[in-house]
Amino acid sequence: MESRSTRIALTVWSALVLLFLWVPLALIMLYAFNKSSVESWPMPGFTTHWFHAAWTSEVRESLWLSVRVGLTATAIALVLGSMAAFGVARFRFFGRDTVSFLLVLPLALPGIVTGIALNSAFVVGNVALSTWTIVIGHATFCVVIVFNNVLARLRRSSPSLIEASYDLGADGWQTFRFVIWPVLSTALVAGGLLAFALSFDEVIVTTFTAGVQNTLPLLILGYIRLGQQLPVVNVIAFAMILLTAIPVLLAARLMRDTGVLRGGATH
Amino acid sequence: MALPILAFVLVYLTSLIALFISSFWSVDPFTSEMTHVWNLDNYRELWHSSAYRTIAVRTIGIAAAVTIADAILAFPLAYFMARIAGGRSRALIFVAVLLPLWSSYLIRVYIWRLILAHDGVLNWTLGKAGLPAANIGYTNWAVWLIFTYMWLPFMILPVYAALERVPESFLEASRDLGAGAWITFRRVLLPLALPGLVAGSIFTFSLTLGDYITPLLAGGASSQFIGNVVDDNINNQLTPFAAAFATVPLVVMGVYLLIARRLGAFEAL
Repeated sequence: MESRSTRIALTVWSALVLLFLWVPLALIMLYAFNKSSVESWPMPGFTTHWFHAAWTSEVRESLWLSVRVGLTATAIALVLGSMAAFGVARFRFFGRDTVSFLLVLPLALPGIVTGIALNSAFVVGNVALSTWTIVIGHATFCVVIVFNNVLARLRRSSPSLIEASYDLGADGWQTFRFVIWPVLSTALVAGGLLAFALSFDEVIVTTFTAGVQNTLPLLILGYIRLGQQLPVVNVIAFAMILLTAIPVLLAARLMRDTGVLRGGATH
Repeated sequence: MALPILAFVLVYLTSLIALFISSFWSVDPFTSEMTHVWNLDNYRELWHSSAYRTIAVRTIGIAAAVTIADAILAFPLAYFMARIAGGRSRALIFVAVLLPLWSSYLIRVYIWRLILAHDGVLNWTLGKAGLPAANIGYTNWAVWLIFTYMWLPFMILPVYAALERVPESFLEASRDLGAGAWITFRRVLLPLALPGLVAGSIFTFSLTLGDYITPLLAGGASSQFIGNVVDDNINNQLTPFAAAFATVPLVVMGVYLLIARRLGAFEAL
């Protein structure tokens, strides 16, 4: 065991690091109530006026676009990602290692490389930039997220489970419903959530695959760069931080349920 | 079933290869058309220009500084989570570390802009404490600080995972054999946690290396990253030069990953 002074030092350091992580988030939530539209500190007073003012058609449209893009990219990712994971986990085929390596590239490469590569491909192929090109751009890394999650789960579960199910007389659908689905569902939910969150927040790939479309991050980026509509940015920040709490708490639950995060003391 | 995946991989891969090939081409300055004549001019320009060298060194240097700062901040917290905190507080810290990671990237850059601004929270706090104002807004210090903030959770999580796997008996054995706290840390704990640290450093290093939004929003006139130059060149239709400069972080990252694999980081991911 650590000495008493070491424990105190570690506790204090940990508290400071957590403060470092959280003070900025707390501040931005406070700024949403700033009476002034000049973001200096201390704030002259509080108001809830901006919450109403932030619900502009511009914000609504880009929010709706971001949701649509996120859902579509996630849906594509769930289908392609889990199919690829099944293929890599269950079958041996020529080029299997190459496929699993290539599928990690969109995450390993900086967003700007993926972005400009797709951008020049669209230009060369005469594809007009649209909502769909954004979806394709986002799908590149969303597929990888789902692929990794599902593959990790498949590797941890034994293929003999499925054989046993067939041996006991279950048909294909029953095996899927009662054996494969319970094993995979949490991995799919976790992968899907993460994929959606990454798509919803993506800036760099979007700038290179969007035409005139403004996703929510692109709208915010524009506001911040020009120093316009900052009270609106504050309100969006407030809402987004509250919203992200939902998937995080859910994911923490999932992890606890699947034993990734052990609840009890381990020593 | 394999067809859509194959199509997907093909589209992505073809775009990457096409981009790489275009780095050996050039753009006609009069017509702005790409001329398909093989040459190494883009790479030569990169090599000989001191401005681009400065930008590359700055990018890699800040990425390294961010990684070191994150390791120093993360290790004690990860240790606290893994070996001191009880089940409940550990779960709580876990959520407290994950949540900032999930909140919007732009929002996190933006809030630091407000904090570090001339009339922001930092200077107000320093003033109250009777200290001189720190005007680090829109400097390389700001870029370093913000990146350190952004990627910190990526360092905490793998280090925590590595530390949690160290059996208590190893530390006891070390102490029983007469090692003090420092020696136990240096000779037992650190080597066992190293794969976790390296795994975290892959994130902190590569994410900083490829970024250009934070330098754009929170940096100053001399905070340009490789990504900013790439972005500028793409916007000016100079794709070949952009592609050539974009290979620099890729090569750096490739070397880094090779070293990381030797240090066993991939088992810790």
